[in-house]
Amino acid sequence: MSQDSVLISAPVATENAERGAAESALNWLERLIIPVGAILIGFAIFAVFLLIVTDAKPLAVFESIYRAGFGSWFSVQKTLIRAAPLLLTALCVAIPAQLGLIIIGAEGALVMGGLAAAVTGFQLNGAGPMFVIFAMALAGMSAGGFWIAISGALKHYRGVNETISSLLLTYIAIALLNHAVSGPLRDPESLNKPATPPIGDINMLGNLPGMNVHAGLLFGIIACMIAAFMIYRTVPGFAMRVIGGNVRAAQLAGLAVGQITLAACFCAGAAAGLAGMVEVAAVQGSASAAINAGYGYTGILIAFIARQNPIAVIPAALLLAGIGAASGLLQRSHGLPDATVLVIQGIIFLTILASETLYGRRRTST
Amino acid sequence: MDASSASIGSVFLLIIAGAIRVGTPFLFVSLGEMLTEKSGRINLGLEANLVMGAMAGYALSLHSGNPWVGVLCAGMTGIVLSGLHTALCSLKGVNDIAVGIAIMIFGVGLAFFLGKPYIQPSAPMLPSIDFGWWIDTKEVRTALQINPLFLVGLLLLPLLTWALQNTRWGLMIRLAGENAEAATAMGYSVRRIRALSTMAGGFLAGVGGAFLSLFYPGSWNEGLSSGQGLMAVALVIFARWKPVNCFYAAMLFGGAGALAPALQAVGITWGYYLFNAAPYVLTLVIMAVTCSPQRSLAGMPAQLGERR
Repeated sequence: MSQDSVLISAPVATENAERGAAESALNWLERLIIPVGAILIGFAIFAVFLLIVTDAKPLAVFESIYRAGFGSWFSVQKTLIRAAPLLLTALCVAIPAQLGLIIIGAEGALVMGGLAAAVTGFQLNGAGPMFVIFAMALAGMSAGGFWIAISGALKHYRGVNETISSLLLTYIAIALLNHAVSGPLRDPESLNKPATPPIGDINMLGNLPGMNVHAGLLFGIIACMIAAFMIYRTVPGFAMRVIGGNVRAAQLAGLAVGQITLAACFCAGAAAGLAGMVEVAAVQGSASAAINAGYGYTGILIAFIARQNPIAVIPAALLLAGIGAASGLLQRSHGLPDATVLVIQGIIFLTILASETLYGRRRTST
Repeated sequence: MDASSASIGSVFLLIIAGAIRVGTPFLFVSLGEMLTEKSGRINLGLEANLVMGAMAGYALSLHSGNPWVGVLCAGMTGIVLSGLHTALCSLKGVNDIAVGIAIMIFGVGLAFFLGKPYIQPSAPMLPSIDFGWWIDTKEVRTALQINPLFLVGLLLLPLLTWALQNTRWGLMIRLAGENAEAATAMGYSVRRIRALSTMAGGFLAGVGGAFLSLFYPGSWNEGLSSGQGLMAVALVIFARWKPVNCFYAAMLFGGAGALAPALQAVGITWGYYLFNAAPYVLTLVIMAVTCSPQRSLAGMPAQLGERR
């Protein structure tokens, strides 16, 4: 009997290993095919929408989107510039999602981070660019982190729904920004577009070598990689995922749920706050209503396309940045309103969510 | 001294009158959300119903020349959007909170897209009933122009309370929200009850949107609604899922929303944006006070608790 089992165990083991490898390859394929398919179906629905509602020709519109987003080195660079804040705001959604929290307040953390960075920048102007940039990044991350940590604290200590509180905090952040640039922090020289005083050209974030894309892109990619490493390869990241799986079990296992929740929310907000700093220090040069450009809301969609995986955030952010970059061309060449991009995003969001139901179907059917 | 006390008095009056104007959309959206949640589902996408309702109401009022056609059409778009919400939620493994966020982004984008041509032209507005004839101050008098929709909202309160308590439909909705298994065992389709409740709630939220564009502020633009639809979810928690409490909550939030315009009307311009944030701060504070991490809330439909 034991000899038998020894005799058959070797081939069975290799067969199992093969099946395991095939299974994981299929899982991997499933995780790739379902979102890509959902996005393609989303585009198809958008094409039907265009045919019904407008005179625009869908194929020509798609060609324009491709051309404006990815068609040339020039447009790729434009897309990369847009992708920088999107990578960071998507992390603001993806990191708390590991704990099962649905935070949609990245826009507010971005605004707070941008405001804090701008104030730091013009206060410290003249203290040496490296130091000023470092201080701006620190200020932006702290302000954004603090902002989302409020949502985390309200959730943990008071049981307040984090989705609602984070969006309310976004409206409060926008009100604070408007108040600051219309009164106490207004640069007297910014007449028709109220803004804070400029941080100074010398303190602006430079471009990456060999391209016309600012260093914020690097911040975003590094942040995604750090987040993925933290979540999948470290003990705190594992603790986060345990909490996301079952809060009660995590508490019984002795995990400090409150501290981990607050820390994760702080990191999430810090990412979005850094996005605000990047917008101020690399693009705008000061804080104004222009930093409140919707990157936070697009970040929500990116995180859901990436199924909250920080590495998958990178391609998803590039795609959405490319679509966003096409907004101007769609208005000029096809007479479509600027909200066209919002409609595409909304449709893709719906098809992505609908596709969630397909995961795991293959395993149950075989 | 005299002047300042007079202005404090008129600020107070303006806030009360403003509470009615600003609070009416809150009332409709929160009643819609309450109805949805009573059946055991949360709809975070009512912001989309509000904005789409505002746009569709305005457009249809312009094309038909009759604002009430606009109101009806706004309700219809609300049904369509909530029907979409329901359809997605009924798929297995799809999170209803996430669906709400997606509907919010989709609906708001769609409203901005379709509403572009309607920013300029002026559509016929809803009529109002003058309750302020006895007051001399011009601002207060305009603020006391009461809209018939507000009265409709008032009528809905006893109607909904009675219907939820005493009719077969009300019982089915509450049963689906309290104990879905019992409802299924009794032969009711929980899915259908929730679908109909969600769509009825969506209709109310759409009507609330028409109030925004056809009465107060009374125009269609992209900044018309900022989070009222989402705040409705908080309002319903605060109102303990009771229709009459929804009214008090809506008036309270309406008053908070009327604070900045009221101060501006008497000449206080400092901190306009800060005072504009009053409803959001109020919502956060109220949620922090009334929610609790340990016990479930009094009056909350039991099936909602399982989802949160």
